[in-house]
Amino acid sequence: MATLTLRDIKKSFGATHVLHGVDLDVTDGEMIVIVGASGCGKSTLLRIVAGLETETSGEVLIAGQSMKGLEPADRDVAMVFQNYALYPHMSVFQNMAYGLKIRGLPKDQIQHRVDEAAGLLGIGHLLQRKPRELSGGQRQRVAMGRAIVREPKLFLFDEPLSNLDAKLRVELRAEIRRLQRRLGVTSLFVTHDQVEAMTLGDRLVVMNAGRAAQIATPMEIWERPADTYVAGFIGSPSMNLLHATLEAGGAAAILDAGGLRLPFADGPRAGAAGRKLIIGIRPEHLRPGQGGLDVMVELVEPLGGESVLHGKLADGTPLTARLPGARYEDGATQLALPTESLHVFDGETGKRIEAGG
Amino acid sequence: MQKKVIFKGAVLPYLLLAPQLLITGIFFFWPAGQAIYQSFLREDAFGLSVEFVGFENFLDVVRDQTWLDSAGRTLLFSGSVAVLALGSALFLAVQADKHIRGADVYKTLLIWPYAVAPAIAAVLWLFMFHPNIGLFGRMLNGLGIPWDYRLNGNQAMLMVIMASAWKQVSYNFIFFLAGLQSIPRAVLEAAAIDGAKPARRFWTIIFPLLSPTAFFLLVVNLVYAFFDTFGVIHSLTHGGPGKATETLIYRVYTDGVINLNLGSSSAQSVILMLLVVALTVIQFRYVERKVHY
Amino acid sequence: MSVTTDATALAERTRRRQFREKIVTHVCLLAGILIFVFPIYLTLIGSTHDVNTIGRGDVPLLPGAEAVANYTQAWGAGGGRYMGTPAGTMLANSLIMALCIAVGKIAISLTSAYAVVFFRFPLRMVFFWLIFITLMLPVEVRIIPTFQVMVDLGLTNTMAGLVIPLIASATATLLFRQFFLTIPDEYVEAAKIDGAGPIRFFIDVVLPLSRTNIAALFVILFIYGWNQYLWPLLIVNDRSLETVVVGLTKMIGTGDQQNEWNVIMATAVFALLPPVAVVVFMQRWFVKGLTETEK
Repeated sequence: MATLTLRDIKKSFGATHVLHGVDLDVTDGEMIVIVGASGCGKSTLLRIVAGLETETSGEVLIAGQSMKGLEPADRDVAMVFQNYALYPHMSVFQNMAYGLKIRGLPKDQIQHRVDEAAGLLGIGHLLQRKPRELSGGQRQRVAMGRAIVREPKLFLFDEPLSNLDAKLRVELRAEIRRLQRRLGVTSLFVTHDQVEAMTLGDRLVVMNAGRAAQIATPMEIWERPADTYVAGFIGSPSMNLLHATLEAGGAAAILDAGGLRLPFADGPRAGAAGRKLIIGIRPEHLRPGQGGLDVMVELVEPLGGESVLHGKLADGTPLTARLPGARYEDGATQLALPTESLHVFDGETGKRIEAGG
Repeated sequence: MQKKVIFKGAVLPYLLLAPQLLITGIFFFWPAGQAIYQSFLREDAFGLSVEFVGFENFLDVVRDQTWLDSAGRTLLFSGSVAVLALGSALFLAVQADKHIRGADVYKTLLIWPYAVAPAIAAVLWLFMFHPNIGLFGRMLNGLGIPWDYRLNGNQAMLMVIMASAWKQVSYNFIFFLAGLQSIPRAVLEAAAIDGAKPARRFWTIIFPLLSPTAFFLLVVNLVYAFFDTFGVIHSLTHGGPGKATETLIYRVYTDGVINLNLGSSSAQSVILMLLVVALTVIQFRYVERKVHY
Repeated sequence: MSVTTDATALAERTRRRQFREKIVTHVCLLAGILIFVFPIYLTLIGSTHDVNTIGRGDVPLLPGAEAVANYTQAWGAGGGRYMGTPAGTMLANSLIMALCIAVGKIAISLTSAYAVVFFRFPLRMVFFWLIFITLMLPVEVRIIPTFQVMVDLGLTNTMAGLVIPLIASATATLLFRQFFLTIPDEYVEAAKIDGAGPIRFFIDVVLPLSRTNIAALFVILFIYGWNQYLWPLLIVNDRSLETVVVGLTKMIGTGDQQNEWNVIMATAVFALLPPVAVVVFMQRWFVKGLTETEK
């Protein structure tokens, strides 16, 4: 158990820059989820921590010690792979024991640790089986077990749930969280699934194009996304992003589509009149009501208790709304925007603009 | 092509490669280099002096009518072996691929001759066609057909062709069968529903799909006939009678080992090397294309 | 009504045609097998008769009573006009040669393929091509200079001389390289995190995973070694190192009628048996190995 510190980690493969300088401080026992679309560099970051890739510049510190030049085996980390990477010719027991055997642990200790981890994961009856005789969920548990028996300073998870079906994924997600809490091992968890990220992480690192777009708790990220990328990535369906301009005085925004005036509930924004803005509004914050946006609804997806409406504004900008109930129809309608739920971003940089900023 | 994930090590990879490279260097590249070097030299009759003669040895070889005869003979021999061995193997593979009872037993019984050495194949044919002790040899003579492959050059050629092809059929059979089995059943079923009769199905669907295998096997069979059949010829006819069954490789052996004419033998070796290189290149270019599709 | 009759008649005709076709297929395959089995059968029969029966040319088609005598003589004393090497000795030589070639080729191909695939080091591709090129240099095209090298190294008339030069193998190296490339990168990464270095990974993971490939190659290389002809012919003239394939043809010589054909045929059976047995008993691996190495 230990802290983890990343200092300005950069990585390039030849002329391709994959990571542009990532900083991160992980406290002891914390579960950090690195989330982002494919190609954002999240796996590379994890592999750099593991020592499977070497950073181009920057530094990784585990428990305050620099890992520069250390092999993966010497970093005292354990990893759960996307395809589990269980050695196909070894039994479950041998797979879990392999790392301990190499480290020269006495036989009875190996036996004890494997039994304990197997009990924890409920795979005690599978120890003599070969990986190919296991179901996907069981393999996943064995891969976890292999990490647990090592009692490492750090757990690294590389999209370990992405090969499972939806139901199993939800189950194992909860199990990983419980285990991690119970063992209290500092963990990095990479995923592209924002629901997984929200439910698992103490804090999230949202990665975009080789940079950490935001590092914060799941609720902070949901409530105050740092930029339009994070705003669009976290939340389902995605946040609506509408072009607007700043009103003189900074107390409200004027939507480009339809000229609707949106006063800022939390205070005025700085900047000259006409400053380009992007207004974000989550689909679940829209409500049916008069005096709001004119929307042409093209598709209604009933989900039972609520419905998702897909439509367009007057200028063709797509808009999504998640509304309670199931009595909606295609055609023109009006949706109200509660002003306290608006997010304001800069039209040029996409960065969040706070009241007064 | 290489893996993305690798081990570090400065000395270990060289140690791992060392045995292979050592043997390759000493027993492949050094002699091959020597062959090329010697092909430009000529020794006098007593082995006392050596002189550099440029392409003289090569010119002597290709101007030598007996060498040209031997080259022609090799072509006839190799072509016949390839056609015979490929044709009968394809025929048998098509039969064995059908859904009939005992197909697996048939396959096993057709595969084992692969294990027979070319020289042993020759001995088996000798037992059958020896003019005095062979069942068929005596039968032919009994029917008034004068048969003795030890005296008649054409009969000798026929013998080595038959024995060489006989040994190679099972190899081709294995590959044709694998090729046939890799043709998707749906394609054949579609053709059947389209109303194509079996013979038509074979020539318009199966044969074109098998052509990569057939081409690959053609090259392999030619290389086999050029080189591996040395054992057949050596144990059956010793290149005779006269020079009736002397192929190019047999001639390299007689000129080098029996007559000790190193310059000429080396020049012939170099020519054969070029031939193998050409065949290998053709095959690999072809394999590449196949991968491409 | 008439449609039904037509269909029934057609079905009947089809059934008969399919039956005929099946018969034809069986006949063709049986004929093919006969062509391959008959020479062996003839040899087996010949090896059970006495020398005069065969020498006269009265080749019978049923076994005789001399089997024990012929095989005993072939095994212990040899035959042919100039009393060749006993088949027991020759078989032992062939067995040692074939085993050493197969095991040696597999061993050095495994390590060199491992180096080429799992490491990155200067001249890697150069070495790979050096090995690859040897595909194009069969023993036959470099007989004389290779023989001279053997003389210089004092390797003629030795088992080492028979085996070592034939151990280098581009085909086996290529096959293993191909297979190693299919081993998922994640195994290597898992091993690194488990703390296994390259040698441990080779022994604990790569070797066990290569088992089927090794078995398949073993069959092919054993036969390759057993069936060597030109090389032993050149390198060995010491009778005690004679291999059975070469020894057999030496017994026949120019094919004189006066040869001890009964002993020769018994020796031929000895020469045939081991490789054929290997192919028949390891057929599954053998077919897999063959179609994969050469494609």
